[in-house]
Amino acid sequence: MRDVAVVGFAQRQMQDYDGSPQCAELLVPLFAECYEQTGWTREDIGFWCSGSSDYLAGRSFSFVSAIDAIGVLPPVNESHVEMDAAWALYEAWLKIQTGEVDTALVFGFGKSSAGVLRRTLALQLDPYTLTPLWPDTVSIAALQARLGIDAGLWDETAMAEVVNRSLTDAEKNEYAVRAGGSSVADLLAKEMFADPLRKHDAAPVTDGAAAIVLAAGDRAREVRERPAWITALAHFSDGLQLGTRDLTRSESAQRAAAAVGGTAGIEIAELHAPFSHQELILRSALGLPDDVRVNPSGGALAGNPMFTGGAIRIGEAARRIWDGTADRALGHATSGPALQQNLVCVMEGRN
Amino acid sequence: MAKTPAAVIGVGQTHHRAKREDVSMAGLCREAMDRALEDAGLTLDEIDAIVVGKAPDLFEGVMMPELYLAEALGAAGKPLLRVHTAGSVGGSTAIVAASLVQAGVHRKVLTVAFEKQSESNAMWALSVPVPFVMPVHAGAGGYFAPHVRSYIRRSGAPTHVGAMVAAKDRTNALRNPYAHLREEKTVEGVLSSQMLWDPIRYDETCPSSDGACALVIADEDVAKASPNPAWIHGTVMRSEPTTAAERDQVNPQAGRDAAAALWRQAGITDPIAEIDAAEIYVPFSWFEPMWLENLGFAAEGEGWRLTEAGETAMGGRIPVNCSGGVLSSNPIGASGMLRFGEAALQVRGAAGEHQVDGARKALGHAYGGGSQFFAMWVVGADRPAS
Repeated sequence: MRDVAVVGFAQRQMQDYDGSPQCAELLVPLFAECYEQTGWTREDIGFWCSGSSDYLAGRSFSFVSAIDAIGVLPPVNESHVEMDAAWALYEAWLKIQTGEVDTALVFGFGKSSAGVLRRTLALQLDPYTLTPLWPDTVSIAALQARLGIDAGLWDETAMAEVVNRSLTDAEKNEYAVRAGGSSVADLLAKEMFADPLRKHDAAPVTDGAAAIVLAAGDRAREVRERPAWITALAHFSDGLQLGTRDLTRSESAQRAAAAVGGTAGIEIAELHAPFSHQELILRSALGLPDDVRVNPSGGALAGNPMFTGGAIRIGEAARRIWDGTADRALGHATSGPALQQNLVCVMEGRN
Repeated sequence: MAKTPAAVIGVGQTHHRAKREDVSMAGLCREAMDRALEDAGLTLDEIDAIVVGKAPDLFEGVMMPELYLAEALGAAGKPLLRVHTAGSVGGSTAIVAASLVQAGVHRKVLTVAFEKQSESNAMWALSVPVPFVMPVHAGAGGYFAPHVRSYIRRSGAPTHVGAMVAAKDRTNALRNPYAHLREEKTVEGVLSSQMLWDPIRYDETCPSSDGACALVIADEDVAKASPNPAWIHGTVMRSEPTTAAERDQVNPQAGRDAAAALWRQAGITDPIAEIDAAEIYVPFSWFEPMWLENLGFAAEGEGWRLTEAGETAMGGRIPVNCSGGVLSSNPIGASGMLRFGEAALQVRGAAGEHQVDGARKALGHAYGGGSQFFAMWVVGADRPAS
């Protein structure tokens, strides 16, 4: 395997983007930031790969207009996944591993506020047996949280502790759309939204975009003193059917953790947990030791732009390697209803 | 660093029809997958990862259908990727699957691309509304007709060349048991069909199909057990934006650049002499001569001469779309993978009645969007020299 590192990261998160219907033009300043961080131009990028969703955009071929942000000619080596941009990062990493290219720019974008997000996501379910019932995302997460509480795996206090820590950390994140810690008691005093979830247990509906730069070997060393070297990258899927899965666990996250060789020695983990109890499921599935610093950015509970939220976790983890906060960090992404798909990216700081 | 050699050891496809009401989306995919696995002599349990491709989700009305299909596709407990690059997606998906092997990550990858157009209405799904773009509502034919007119004007091609392509591809489809439209066509017959988008006549357009295609791609160790692996000699993707004054939509630079990079990777210096069979994405007949030029099989303005001289027919210098091509079957998301899979069948000597005698190297080609996304590969009967 070639040594490949995360060397650039730029993001935007906001509650309600009032520009175009799909946030694609947000990519122009993000690419500019990536060029500035790397000292590169468009010609230095060997491969481009993005993640987005047509249903979120409410139109077909929504990724096509994102190509405009790259520029017209010459044509680019480019691909797209209908998934979170974390999986676009996976495809770009593969492309570098084949030896065909040495660098890649990965991006994602999505305007969740363009529709009613929890209703849009109901269209991800089985079209014959589930979607006709319109079980929305928050309700499915509430069922999942209830199952865990009933099984004695967590309680509302543990969930509130996750929220309080996340929103306290989010105070230092300029991109957070929800921030401000209080206390577990204050949080538990708030009214129920979808029992046992309170509003703060769910990620806020967020618009946004993000871009990540990958580079191999010396191309990475020319950009950063301490590139965030990807030492392991793996992803797995579970089935979708909610009735046949144990929703209190995440088999696919567990498999991903095993495939990256476990999580021993991880100092910081950025987990893509759009609901507070899902962080608890992930911590256990990934086998994270208790002393791991989880979501110093505030995580998805502070802002979760669809199809970008996972990639942002990898960028946030990488950033803490560049600045020396951690030597070993983990970025995680999820996709699909109730943590169906999970990706784990382990990064290490060295020259 | 060199790529790990990879080969196609299994190809499967469905019987393509306007409406496959006998199967669900899952059943459609499994029909192609089960044939590919049988061809490869593998079971689904032995597959390391699943890569799914399809065109816009609005074609079926399910957001990211691979999520609900995960169990049926054998992806539960495995890595599952979903690619979407417009009409080129079937090709790009095969390329992503190949890269999983070429990168040394997996040894046996199954990729499936599908479209069940009868679940929805493609015309509606493709007509992007305001506020995103100007409301054209012309469908793909209306979008591409001006490009074709421009090609005819620039090249001076006689107007019956398009009809020759349509008659050839539809007649070729008679030799392909999986093709959607299987009907003998004559040039006169095509010329007498209804004009839809001048100069594109009804018989010069692709159908809307339900269908799927699946490939099993494996590393060298696994491929050794196959009697006839199709070795991957080169893969390429190139993209450019839809709208810009400096674009040449008739002969797009993305296609020319992709072809040049592909021939270089595959060690091909004279494409028409070295490629024995080509499966080129031709949804409207005139795209055969246009892409022959874009790919470098003919000089600019000369592609129609190959078609007119019969050189793209079975037995010609560069047989194009012996399977009947997109003009005979068009499950959009799968159409590109069908081109890639049919190219593999040719070099494996497994194309049945539409086999080109002694084919050793073949091209699979797909394009999408406003002639702006290109995906191609070259496969060969011999393991590539590394």
